[in-house]
This record gives sequence, C-alpha cells and structure tokens, in this order.
Amino acid sequence: MAIFKLTINGQQKQVDVDPATPMLWVLRDNLDLVGTKFGCGIAQCGACTIHVNGAATRSCQLPVSAVGDNKITTIEGLSENGDHPVQQAWLQHDVPQCGYCQAGQIMTASALLAANPKPTDEEIESAMNGNICRCGTYVRIKAAVKTASNL
Amino acid sequence: MTLIRTKFGRRSFLKTSAAAGGGLMIGFSWLTRCSPVSEPLVAVPNEWFKINGYIKIGDTGLVTIFNPNPEIGQNVMTSMPMIVAEELDVAWDHVVVEQGMLDEDAFKNPQFAGGSLSIMLGWDALRMAGATGRRMLLEAAAKEWGVKVEDLTASNGIIKEIKGTRTIGYGEIASKAVGIEVPEEIALKEPKDYKLLGTAQKNVEGPKIVTGKPLFGIDFKKEGMLLAMIEHPPAFGMKVKDFNVEEIKAMDGVRDAFIIDTTIPEPAWSDVNAFNNLIAIVGDSTWQLMKAKKALKANWETVTEPENTAMHVQRLKDTLKNGEVGGSRKDGDTEAAFASAAKVIERTYTSPFLAHATMEPMNFYASVTADGAELAGPTQTPKALEDSVAKLLGMPAEKITVQMTRIGGGFGRRLYVHFGLEAAAISKKMGAPIKMIYTREDDMTQGTYRPAYRSTYKAGLDENNNLIAFSVRGAGLPEGPVFPNRFPAGSVENYTAESIGSTTNISTGAWRAPRSHFTAGAEQSFLDEVAELAGKDPIDFRLELFDKAIASPVGEKYEYDAERYAGVLKMVKEKANWGVETPGVFRGVAAYFCHNSYVAQVMDVVMEKNQPKVKKVWCAVDCGILINKEGAVNIIQGGVVDGIGHALYSELAFENGASVHKNFNTYQLIRHSQAPEEIEVFFVENEISPTGLGEPGLPPAIGALASALYKATGKRYYHTPFSTADQTPEKIEVM
Repeated sequence: MAIFKLTINGQQKQVDVDPATPMLWVLRDNLDLVGTKFGCGIAQCGACTIHVNGAATRSCQLPVSAVGDNKITTIEGLSENGDHPVQQAWLQHDVPQCGYCQAGQIMTASALLAANPKPTDEEIESAMNGNICRCGTYVRIKAAVKTASNL
Repeated sequence: MTLIRTKFGRRSFLKTSAAAGGGLMIGFSWLTRCSPVSEPLVAVPNEWFKINGYIKIGDTGLVTIFNPNPEIGQNVMTSMPMIVAEELDVAWDHVVVEQGMLDEDAFKNPQFAGGSLSIMLGWDALRMAGATGRRMLLEAAAKEWGVKVEDLTASNGIIKEIKGTRTIGYGEIASKAVGIEVPEEIALKEPKDYKLLGTAQKNVEGPKIVTGKPLFGIDFKKEGMLLAMIEHPPAFGMKVKDFNVEEIKAMDGVRDAFIIDTTIPEPAWSDVNAFNNLIAIVGDSTWQLMKAKKALKANWETVTEPENTAMHVQRLKDTLKNGEVGGSRKDGDTEAAFASAAKVIERTYTSPFLAHATMEPMNFYASVTADGAELAGPTQTPKALEDSVAKLLGMPAEKITVQMTRIGGGFGRRLYVHFGLEAAAISKKMGAPIKMIYTREDDMTQGTYRPAYRSTYKAGLDENNNLIAFSVRGAGLPEGPVFPNRFPAGSVENYTAESIGSTTNISTGAWRAPRSHFTAGAEQSFLDEVAELAGKDPIDFRLELFDKAIASPVGEKYEYDAERYAGVLKMVKEKANWGVETPGVFRGVAAYFCHNSYVAQVMDVVMEKNQPKVKKVWCAVDCGILINKEGAVNIIQGGVVDGIGHALYSELAFENGASVHKNFNTYQLIRHSQAPEEIEVFFVENEISPTGLGEPGLPPAIGALASALYKATGKRYYHTPFSTADQTPEKIEVM
C-alpha cells in the first residue's frame, strides 16, 4: 500500500492503495466516482474511459502509480451542470438504451471533439471504434457526435 | 369509452395503498438523485400523498409514478409510467419517475422483464392505476365542492367544473383523495383521445446516465459493505473440491475465502448445468480480490465428460438425423409432394453458442441477517430471485426485499437468479453486507449461453413455380429451434415441421428472441433462395403465401395474423422503394413475427474496401398501439444492430469443456464502424392492444442481411458467424 495524491475533476484527492491498482478501481472503490464503468478489464470495450490531461484513456489499464501530476477528468467532472455539448447532444438524440457504456462513449467523443472539432464520419468511427455498445445505439451515437460538433 | 373492470382486486388495490401510508408524508429521496438538467418544472412538494401502488402526488402538483418492471434498456422506466400518466391525465413534464420495489400486490402486475412482455402484460394494470387515480381525485373534488363527479372533468392535472368556473389542481386535492374507494368499473380513454401515448418522449433517466450518476447494480454501495468475487470451475462438467484457502486468506485486503453451495430445491430460472458450487473471496477492494483470484490454486473434479465444438457439431448432425422429435406439425403429404415437384431445394443452416455479454458484468448486493435479507441489483426476475433466496436461506419471502437497480444489459442473461443466490450465500457466511461482482471472464465462461442449432429446410415447387411442399427439421443443444405452427405453416398444402432436442453439459439459457433469432435467419434466408428458384420477387413470393393463408388456410391453426404479417411487408416495400435498383447497392428483405409483434426489414449493403457494409435499413413494425415512439424506434434500431452483429461476428467455441472465448479480445461484438449508417423505423397505426419490441427487431435482421450479402457477393450464407464460417453448402438437391 502507498499514498497517492491525485488531481481528479479539479480537486485534490488522496488514496492509500496498492500501487498497481488501476485508476478504474481507485475511482470506483476509493473515491465513490462510479460513473466510470468496468466492462472488460483489458482495454477492449471502452466503458472505463476517462481523460488524462484531456486525452481519452482506458482507466482499467492505468495503474494509480503512473498518474503522478497528470489531471484526471471523469464523467462526473466533464461539466459542472451536465451540459457539456456532448452531453447535450446525447440527450437531444436520446441515445441511451441500458446506458451502461454511455459514460465511456461520451468521454471518448468529448476527447475527440476537443482535439478535432469537426471530425469526418471516418474519423468519428475510428475514434469511437474502441467503445462497444451492446444495445446497438451506434447510429444515435454517431448522430450525437455530429450534433455536438456543431454546438 | 372503454370500460375496464377493476379486476385485479379493487379492495386489495386500495388496501395496499392505504397500508402503504394513506395521507402520510412519503420521503422524497429522489431529490438527492435528481441531476440539475432534469429539474422538474413544478416546485418540490412539502408533502406527498400516496394514491395507489403506482402514484403519489405532491401538494404542488408534482406527480411521482413508480415504474414496476426492471429497466434493462428496453425503455419501460419511461414507457410504462407514460401509460399511467395518460389515464391519470397529467402533463408529462409534471411527472417524475421512480423505480418501484418488488411488490406485486401493490402493482397488480408481474414485475418481470422478459419475452418482450412488459407493455403487453402491464397494459390493463397501468391504465387502471392511472384511471382509478384520476377517479379518486375527481371524487375528492366533488365532495369538496358538494357536486357530483359527473359535473366535473379532469385534464392535464387540473379538475374543472363542466358548467361552472371552479378549478382545482391535483396537488391541491390529493390529500383528500387518499383512500377513496373506486367503483367496480372504470372508464378508460379511447386510443383516439390519447395525448401522450404515441408521442416521442425522452428516456427519463437520460440526464442521470450522461452525467454518470450511480444507477446500476455495480454502483450500489451501503455503509459497512464488503466486496466479494467468485471463481467457478474452469469447465462445464467440473466441480470444486478444495483450494489453497489459507494462502488466499493471508493476502492483503482479503477478509475470508470459502466454498459456497447455492443448490436449492425446485429451482426456477436456473439452468441444470449451472455451477452451484463456487469459491468465494471477500475483501475490501475489487483490485485486491482480482489479485486473490489470480493466486487461487484449486483442485477440481471432473463429474461429466468435457465437451468441445467438434463434438457439438457431430451431435447436432446425429440428432438431426436420428433424434426424437419433440414439437411437430404435419399438413398434407410432404413426401409425395416432393416426389411430384418440378424443383426441389434443400439447405442446412447452423449457428454456434453465443454469450449474452451484457456490458455490466453480473453482480448483486445482499445483506443477510437473522431477521431478514435485503437484496439489490440488476435482475430481470426479481420475484423468482426473492423466492429462490428464500429457499436458500430457509426464510419466508416476506422477510426479503429486492431493490431493482437500472440494468446494464439483459438480453435474457439476467432472467437467471444464480448471482442473487451467490450474493446471499456469501453475505450469510460473512454476517455482513456484501456486493459480489464478476469479472468479464467469470461472466463469459459462466454459461447460460444461447444454444447451438442446426436446421434443414426443404421446399418443392410445381411446374408453375408454386410452393407445394415445405419441410423443416431442426435440432438444438439442448432445445430444438423449430416453431411448428409459425409461418409458413398455414400457407403450404404439404408441410412438415419437426423440432428435436439434444443433450449437452454446457449451460444454456434464453437469449434475446430465443430460437426465433436462429429460425428467422434460416427460414427467411431459405425463402429468399426458394423465391429465386421460383423466379419470383422475394416480397411478392411471401405475399402470395400470406394471401393463401388468409383465403384458405391449411391445417387447423397457425400462430400469426397473416394480414398483419403481410401488412409490414407491404409497408416496408413502399417505404424502401423496393424494386428500384441502385448500382452498387445490394438489397435484402426479411419479415418475422415473434413475441407478438411483426417486423419487416429491407437492408441495403454496399461493398467498401472489398468488405460488405450495411448502408441503410428500413423497418416496418406492427406492435399495436405505440406507447413511446422515441423508445420504440431506439429499441428496434438496437435489435437490427444486434442481429447484424451476431450474424456477422459472434461465436463461442469450446475446448476441454470450456469456452475458448473469454473476453472481448476474442469474442467479437459489432463495433461503430461495422454498424449501419442509417436505420429508419415505421409503425403500422392501429388500435390493437400493444405488444413488445425488445426482441422482435432482431430476428429479421439476420435474414435480411444474408439475402443482401448474397446479392453483394454472389454467395449464400448458411452458417453464422457469416464473416468467418465456411459457407460451402453441405447438400444441394436441385432436380
């Protein structure tokens, strides 16, 4: 066990955990930030996507010991009032079915748009391909990403 | 006006509501879970008044409607309360929805998510709850003003005097409506008068989902709760003997480790091949438990022969040849008709075992004490789970509560109750509240799989290319896939259908549109090939058969309404502009009836970089009265994507009694770039009682895809997954 100081959603946090613990479980078990979801544990489904300094990152593969001073953003901290353009677009298109994968989808989409505000269809598909939606809301997700790119 | 008898036990309906706190202030815990963007338009009430099991009304006019059924993404949390709100006649933006607890007495409705049945089975109870609530408010207002109920009318949450000027809001009169007895019969609205039903309303939990609020079972947390994980045997046919218990218990963060036994008498929603003996590890953090699982050294004993895919393929072939026929049907003389036919075609179709692969792995919370048990988590069958836990604990069901959380995918997987039993067994042993979660590998190797199937179809055409004989013989591990009385039964003079079950020690279960997914794909692909052999347009060929079933049905019965079936085909034909050819675009069509709804689809495939890609899908749906258009379109779109994905990519193969596919690195699910670009959904408008949509959108997608792929590649597709399976026809007989 070791103590780690983390910057999460603009706040300083401190946890005492096994250094190998993936950020996914630090967020979920230690910090009560459960919006970030566990799907596969091997970076194949994207449900656990967070931002590390703004870049979409699979938190199931990011040991807490590797975080250092890098700034972490989770779905809970994406916007103060739940009104990030991607969140607004998701509501406008009524994207979710079960909703479980959507936090990861939103985190990947928001990182894409921050880096590339007007992505082409192919760029959207390529960026989003690592995020599985078992309910099959892909058509709506793509439409929502396009809408968000115009907000 | 439709009169409905308040037949669910009017007395008990009221008794329950009174007992649940008539006139008492009910807590408003929903406030803490309300995200800023979903702030209701109505002020937060100071007091709530419980009208019945579904409705409580606040003094400001805000109405809470409880959703009775588990929400697995099929939209019941929005659509079921919409039905109550319609009959209560309250503005939808004055409504907040809460998930109800398991209490079938209060809801007068089976609290169950399966078989696309929620809307169909709940239709009367939901309407009655709204209509009786409205009536109670009217009675209270009439008493208040000293007038007759008939002198009043209610709309959008406001009661008015028909010939006077007085008005009163639901919130102002709610306190006096509590406990008012409702008449024997109650008037319901006519469909033409619906204001809310049929409109497009957004998912009531959308704002919480997009902001990451704790909604799912895996998010559930209580003070003093420990975490738990399980390890089941590495293969079907194996059982745990012992393990390095002391070593595991000595690991950091591990509180205890032991073997649990979840065997109960007369189990319900439990597969015979399910693992009942598991290793449980309890501790403080998920990561430490995962490390402990990796350090497990267990001895397993082999109880039954380990199976593999080669055995399964052979067993299906043998079963199809020699197996004992279960369900069957026989009209006319198929053998004689085949012998006299001008053309005969025979084709065999297969599909492998599949995993449900819900994105939220199995999990459940349990807190078992000597006095009772609290359970919470994702279940499609809360009542069966409660009853099963009661048996396991030797405790009356009344002492057990089940809280339904939002469910990160069901698809049939969470009809089974083992995870609830496992959580309860672990909590009992620990004497502490625990939340048990599976890893993805635990989840994908536990079983409850979609069975593997093999069916042979045969058709005979006369010299005028009329279908004079049709036979299907299908086998499955363990259940046969054939529905003997479904289409084309009733439309062919000489018809036989035989469904044959077999045995396996692989654990299987219901998977979205059980048997229908495979049978629709096989039958609809086959009909496309038969139509081609007959030189007929595939839609016209099917419509001819429906005409026959309508005009002079063959046999005593058939399980579909031929006019509605033909109706969706005609609708999709028109919407997709069928018959107009676009260069480079390859079209397929299919239609299927299952789970009480009719769906026809036209699918356009294009070739991109030498790979087929679904460009656009048109869907025509007949599910009777439409409840929530937004949710309905979404779930049909999802069914189409699900059907395409599993037909193209997914497969579980077995070696040494275990699935070789254990996670998403090898078990392939459809991804963004493989999904259709556009899916348009159209609904037949009628006033038939509504039926469900969770499953019916999926089965026709497989047939439509196979037919479109044939046009695109010149190759027929008989075996899923289409992208990797060898498609060489096993037997061709064209005379």
